[in-house]
Amino acid sequence: MLTIKNLKKTYNQKTIFKNLNLTVPNGGILTVVGPSGIGKTTFLNILAGLTSADAGKIILDGKQLELDPRRKSTDVGVIFQDFNLFLQYTVTENVTLAPKVVKKERPSQYQKQSDQLLAELDLSDKKDSYPFQLSGGQKQRVSIARALAMNPGILAYDEPTSGLDKKATERVTEVIQKLQQRGVTQIVVTHDLPFAKSLTGEVLDFGKDVER
Amino acid sequence: MDYIYQVLPSLLDGLKMTLGVFILTLLFSLPLGIVVAILQKSSLRIIRWIVDVYITIMRGTPLLLQIVFVYYGLSLANIVTLPRFEAAVFTFVLNYAAYFAEIFRGGMQSVAQGQYDGAKVLGFNRLQTLRYITLPQVVKTVMPSVGNEVINLVKDTSLVYVIGLGDMMRAGNIAVARDVTLIPYLLVGAMYLLFTIMLTVGMRSIEKRLNYYR
Repeated sequence: MLTIKNLKKTYNQKTIFKNLNLTVPNGGILTVVGPSGIGKTTFLNILAGLTSADAGKIILDGKQLELDPRRKSTDVGVIFQDFNLFLQYTVTENVTLAPKVVKKERPSQYQKQSDQLLAELDLSDKKDSYPFQLSGGQKQRVSIARALAMNPGILAYDEPTSGLDKKATERVTEVIQKLQQRGVTQIVVTHDLPFAKSLTGEVLDFGKDVER
Repeated sequence: MDYIYQVLPSLLDGLKMTLGVFILTLLFSLPLGIVVAILQKSSLRIIRWIVDVYITIMRGTPLLLQIVFVYYGLSLANIVTLPRFEAAVFTFVLNYAAYFAEIFRGGMQSVAQGQYDGAKVLGFNRLQTLRYITLPQVVKTVMPSVGNEVINLVKDTSLVYVIGLGDMMRAGNIAVARDVTLIPYLLVGAMYLLFTIMLTVGMRSIEKRLNYYR
């Protein structure tokens, strides 16, 4: 379960948001909507540990996460808008690199997990491809597999439908719902309202429901 | 033809010296260049300042002068007396590391921030990020510029004559003065050319091999 209490972020003396409180139950989906530039990605970056916050608490599965961007943790799996796949590695290598290097898992362990994740996300036939050989939707699914390989407490998506066509967007919805059935807790940041409506769970409108 | 056979052994002896300086310089200056490039991004201002001064001096003064300074100057100042070969290699390593550092710095700046963010959220520390994610990308980006410097290094090795080391160019000079003919220079030129052509082919092949992703 993710609980956020009184989160505050200012930038250049301007308050981006304050008193942000929310809860996402285990296996739940929270969709964060709002126009571009309102602070949704900043919120996601704070959650991911890429940006600092001024005040507040982030508690994930009972553990309080530091608000310092120097924190080292793999509690939050992030699916970036531009995917940020490692260019020089194949799909399998992208998925196995962190378990191998960071978690020091055995090859049999991370290979098996990678095969399972890629099969589940319908990427088995792409496992030896490089990122530049993949479509946007495929890159996104690799990014999801790569994040899941580290068993994060929550998956956070930044504008997952940006640059995707209608069919690929429907596919994203399917994947998110499939992961929900598996019990994965998810936060989806998007300004794509039809896509947001296709997801189950709570909706947080960053333009209306958040104090500034 | 007989003359060529007569003069070739001394030129090949000089080639050994040229190769020695070339190989040792590359071996030490490339890793040192990477370290210096990383230090340029240090959070400590004093380290960044020291690195800046070092690079400015190395790039802002002639290599010939640096060789003279290290060999004669340090000895005259009673700091250290280095043997000729060691003094030459030491100077070349310091000089080329500065150029390589600037090349690597440019390469590091070309790595998209997203690659660092991607590594960070997966729990990679700074060293792991460098080793597994960014450095391989930097190497690919900088390879053409590094190739240029490697070719320059081949030709710069001829500067070691200034402290009396017997490289290929010096062997040619001696033969020209002794025999009053330009043939040794032609041979030296051909040997440098052959060496640089071989290096160019090698570097292109490495570039091609690294070109498996975009």
